[in-house]
Amino acid sequence: MRDATHHPAPPGLIRRWLSRPGPAPEPAKRVQFDQPLLPWLFLAPQLAVIFVFFYWPSVQAITSSFYIEDPFGFGSTFVGIDNYKDALGSREYQRIAGFTALFTVLVTAFSLGLGLLFAVKADKVIRGRTSYRTALIAVYAIAPPVAGLMGMMLFDQHIGPFVRLAAWFGYDMKVGINYWDTAFAMILVSVWKQVPYNFIFFLSGLQSIPASVREASVIDCRNGFTRFRTAILPLLAPTAFFLLIINITYALFDTFAVIDVMVKDKPANNPMTLVYKVYNDGFRGNDIGGSAAQSVILMVIVLVLTLIQFRWLERRVHYG
Amino acid sequence: MNRIKPFDHIILILGTLFMCVPVLVAVMTSTHSAVDIHMNGLYLTPGDNAVGTYQTVLTRQGGFTGQVTGLTMLMNSLILGIGFAVGKIVLSMAAAYALVYFRFRFATFLFWIIFTTLLLPLEVRIMPSYQVMSSLGLLNSYTGLIVPLLASATGTFYFRQFFKSVPDELLEAARIDGAGPWKFLIDILIPLSKTMMAAIFIIMFVYGWNQYLWPMLMTTEERFFTLMRGIKQILQVWIGSQIPDYNEAFALAVLALLPPVIVVVVFQRWFIRGLTESDK
Repeated sequence: MRDATHHPAPPGLIRRWLSRPGPAPEPAKRVQFDQPLLPWLFLAPQLAVIFVFFYWPSVQAITSSFYIEDPFGFGSTFVGIDNYKDALGSREYQRIAGFTALFTVLVTAFSLGLGLLFAVKADKVIRGRTSYRTALIAVYAIAPPVAGLMGMMLFDQHIGPFVRLAAWFGYDMKVGINYWDTAFAMILVSVWKQVPYNFIFFLSGLQSIPASVREASVIDCRNGFTRFRTAILPLLAPTAFFLLIINITYALFDTFAVIDVMVKDKPANNPMTLVYKVYNDGFRGNDIGGSAAQSVILMVIVLVLTLIQFRWLERRVHYG
Repeated sequence: MNRIKPFDHIILILGTLFMCVPVLVAVMTSTHSAVDIHMNGLYLTPGDNAVGTYQTVLTRQGGFTGQVTGLTMLMNSLILGIGFAVGKIVLSMAAAYALVYFRFRFATFLFWIIFTTLLLPLEVRIMPSYQVMSSLGLLNSYTGLIVPLLASATGTFYFRQFFKSVPDELLEAARIDGAGPWKFLIDILIPLSKTMMAAIFIIMFVYGWNQYLWPMLMTTEERFFTLMRGIKQILQVWIGSQIPDYNEAFALAVLALLPPVIVVVVFQRWFIRGLTESDK
């Protein structure tokens, strides 16, 4: 087991930047250029873009979450935390938050599970390894709206094979009209889209486990599944935890396009997630203050997730 | 240990089918006519309508103004994908170079300023970002489409990590030979970073090409529409039509998915390395 800590799983690159609380106190290089102005020149474009398109809007989101803006643009009124109270207190918001939680849990669980399953199998086989890998990662490149469109077709009232399959079982599936049918289709498409990402990381995680550890585990334990559970899975834990956070963020935010395409501009009785509601209230409902307050709530959720990741990873670094 | 295990292959084949059949269906169905699709459902075999459909999708003047064709959207998606990838590489390489190779005040502070952008995705600040863009007068422009997407530090951290793994001796040797910061960057560091740049280019190209929400908000003029925007459009037109243009929707989807899929499949080595590799 000790050996494992010296061979961190490959997502280390991203994990390490995330886990490192800033640059190491010692300089990045023993030797550095000593010029006071040149580095600012190199940093200027990046900083300019970040200030104008990241900090300015973020500050604005926080400020306007404390105001109610007149929909016709005639000034705004300071209302304190009323926007937050309104959002958190409304039945609709709670319902959507509940759906978002369910959606996130299901999408994360299934895409992680399938990604892991395929990675374990692809790691084992010799013959056809490259073909399987290519086939399983190709979908990574497909955009969420395209995935949503393809999902719409598979669940189409007239031509969708899923609808026909359901009809064969005597069920009248109506994606886009029936709440839970739409939810099912959204979850399936979102999982499909995310499996390749998890597959890539789990596979490189598995491949970085040293052969000596594998051989030792084979000698120690003859049962393949127990061996996987007790020897391999713990070594994959860092990868899995990293992916867990990434997948939660994916389910919360990156599925926006899938949802937008699949509800086809008729969110009325269809399921939606919190980020879709931010957009819907802000751009359709013109409720800028309310939308901003919801944005800030989401920001807090993301920050909390990231902090959990830091803490957990720090612990692992110390005691791993 | 190397026996052939049928069970493993069965799972992998099922997985492959699960991932690839929808794509195959999209490609195959796009080659049939809308009426055939409406009557018979989706296809797994090629039809004979491909040329007609793709010609229509690529060249028909669509939209309210008649200004937009599939070709325009393809061009705009390319501009967004390549522009974003190149912008990201230039910006983040310069920033990472400053952070790693220079000793100057506030370096730690600036690192944090840049680092923070990793925490909040664009979606949560979408409304104020839109307002900022509109007050800057950048709606409906390529600048407005590309530049705000650059406001995230992923690339900077890739390059920072990579530069830190470059042996210190290179800089020492270069300085002994009298090389300044520009010469070191251009003659040594950039040539060394080629593989890294390729990997980041692939990841960022796919990311830019696949953008949906931001282009949707930023572009109201149809001549700036990307393929992703076109997909939303084609679904909106459907509502109320008797036989939807299934074939054209599929053809559009195929146009939108093929370039990034090809890039990822052809360069998968670099791409996976860029995505996952920790130590070099």
